[in-house]
Amino acid sequence: MSHAAPPAVTHLANGEWHRLHPATPLLKGGIALVAIIGFGVYNLRDAFIETLFGGGGSGDEDPVSWLLGHTAFWVIALAVLGFLLLLVAGFYVSWRMHTFRITDEVVEVRSGILFRTHRKGRLDRIQGINIARPFIARLFGAAKLEVNVAGQDANVQLDYLGSAAADDLRREILRLASGTQAAAASTEPTASGGGVVGQRVAELLAPELDPHEAPLESVVTMNLGRVIGSLLLSGFTVAVIGVVVAVIVSTNLTGEAWFLFAIVPGLIGGASYYWTRFTRSLRYTIAGTPDGIRIGYGLLSTSNDTLPPGRIHSVQVSQPLLWRITGWWEIKVNRATKSTTTDGSGQRNTTILPVGDRGDVMRVLALVLPGLSTDDALEMLQRGIESKGGDDGFTNSPRRAAPIRWFSWRRNGFALVDDAVLLRKGAIWRELVIVPLARLQSVAIDDGPIYRRLRLGAVKVHTVAGPITPSLGAIDRADAESFFETVAAAAVRSGSSDTSHHWRAHEAATLSTPPEPTQ
Amino acid sequence: MSDVSTIDYQRVSPKYIVVDLVGYLISGVVMTAASFIPLLAFGWSLGWLPPVAVGVVSIVMIALTPRRVRAIGYALRDDDLVFRRGIMWTRVVAVPYGRMQLVDINRGPLARAVGLSELKLVTAAAATGVVIPGLPEAVAEELRDTLVTLAESRRAGL
Repeated sequence: MSHAAPPAVTHLANGEWHRLHPATPLLKGGIALVAIIGFGVYNLRDAFIETLFGGGGSGDEDPVSWLLGHTAFWVIALAVLGFLLLLVAGFYVSWRMHTFRITDEVVEVRSGILFRTHRKGRLDRIQGINIARPFIARLFGAAKLEVNVAGQDANVQLDYLGSAAADDLRREILRLASGTQAAAASTEPTASGGGVVGQRVAELLAPELDPHEAPLESVVTMNLGRVIGSLLLSGFTVAVIGVVVAVIVSTNLTGEAWFLFAIVPGLIGGASYYWTRFTRSLRYTIAGTPDGIRIGYGLLSTSNDTLPPGRIHSVQVSQPLLWRITGWWEIKVNRATKSTTTDGSGQRNTTILPVGDRGDVMRVLALVLPGLSTDDALEMLQRGIESKGGDDGFTNSPRRAAPIRWFSWRRNGFALVDDAVLLRKGAIWRELVIVPLARLQSVAIDDGPIYRRLRLGAVKVHTVAGPITPSLGAIDRADAESFFETVAAAAVRSGSSDTSHHWRAHEAATLSTPPEPTQ
Repeated sequence: MSDVSTIDYQRVSPKYIVVDLVGYLISGVVMTAASFIPLLAFGWSLGWLPPVAVGVVSIVMIALTPRRVRAIGYALRDDDLVFRRGIMWTRVVAVPYGRMQLVDINRGPLARAVGLSELKLVTAAAATGVVIPGLPEAVAEELRDTLVTLAESRRAGL
């Protein structure tokens, strides 16, 4: 895989300033430039051939041959050429001025020609590292590396780096961030044969998950049938069918056909939604590495995230209505960062299992919530997902909550397991939200006039913003109060004993490095 | 640890009633005036309904102001700050000290006239939304310093 010698790769994280991949200007904006030049050349070609061979003048003169006949043309041509040269020079200078360095504490990027920006991200605040390879960049063997730091728009981007260099750099950054002082065992680069072309082909055809990076195989397998099935049975499909039926009915009733044309843009949008979901889900992998969970996606443009332990603020296991037939679930998470690597479906790297059966769900949960690994905890998760409710360890809504939770009052409840809160909701759209106590920011209890009359309460657990809003309504008022008290106290305990910002510091401590003072 | 219903809350300054009252008075007058538009502009026969409804709601809100202000409370417990507010729809929030990211003091023009400040606690979760209004300036500053010290000493990761 790696074409650079190992020492040359690891030196990227040695605290010195480095430049990005030389093809960066081309990949970032140059493609458009090449396209424009190509377009110009294409148009000029006809005129060029005509002037050379004096082809018979066709009736309509095209603007290019008209221009050729004027002296002003040469002025314009020179101006265009000058502009292009300036542009190329600009790209080159901006590449020269775009430098980054990684020290033991921070990752820094300096960029800009006239307006300099200097961005620093603290390594112990890293929420994840994403490596994206857009299709064209993949052809060039380049990759974008993005260090996700907590906060809105606070990410440090390194685009582009060499594909192998990006992987090595990620490993290095994670090693520095993890708190281990000892160098991680460096992986042996596999022998690559066949020169540059052979190497590109090998990279394109390589499995999404580099076997050197994760000792474990992907814990979930995706097959074509399941991906297609999950899309056909999604809520989106139900909406599409609804719209189609509405259009057919209204066309029949009014006898006018314009409704049919009105939905064409919608159909195109729908098709692109299906396509992005499809290509994303098809090569999905999730695996545990020593530095966190690695999630990979993508067929042509690939993207993969490594999330260090303790960076997941809440987890939601949910089931769209029609997936009940096949017993599939999806898992989403809240993270303290907004990745700029978006995908068409707007999932924003928060869906960590697009579709999976119960076994897949349990395997993914074991990865993302390593704290919940005891048999009791797993049993509770299982019940949280599938139980119909009743006396099963969860504190459920009382019968008097039935007017508010018509179908789900038996199941609507919470439980505290080890160091996480489980909130179970919904009998039709089943859902389980898990919030690790160490990540919980605050807890609230709400009530209103109706709730008070029924002696009910609602609890909310606040985490960083994301697709999940952990809350639970219509539980017994006394239960809600005891939940509030227990969770508030447990959150404090769990927060003060949490060391996941330097997740491997204890390993370092055993290697005779003095331990960090815990607070 | 005490029970939620038995927490001994600190009340905010009674002067805050004036601030809140003026705020509701102004918005009540503006809303009532705005709700006359259907009557005056279109001459609907039932056009008198919106202003009456809005006016009544405003008056009820104004009348309840003293109770609403008395219902605002905060308590500094061993490991967290508890904040409560509301009479019809109540909300009680507990924020562990270690989770506070920053503490803000804001003063509106009216509040400044009567010497009050409001204290805003910010955690990594936007939903926390704890704003303690109606604190005398000295109290607000003292509370901020206490909270910052407490947060420093129990700092946890995100």
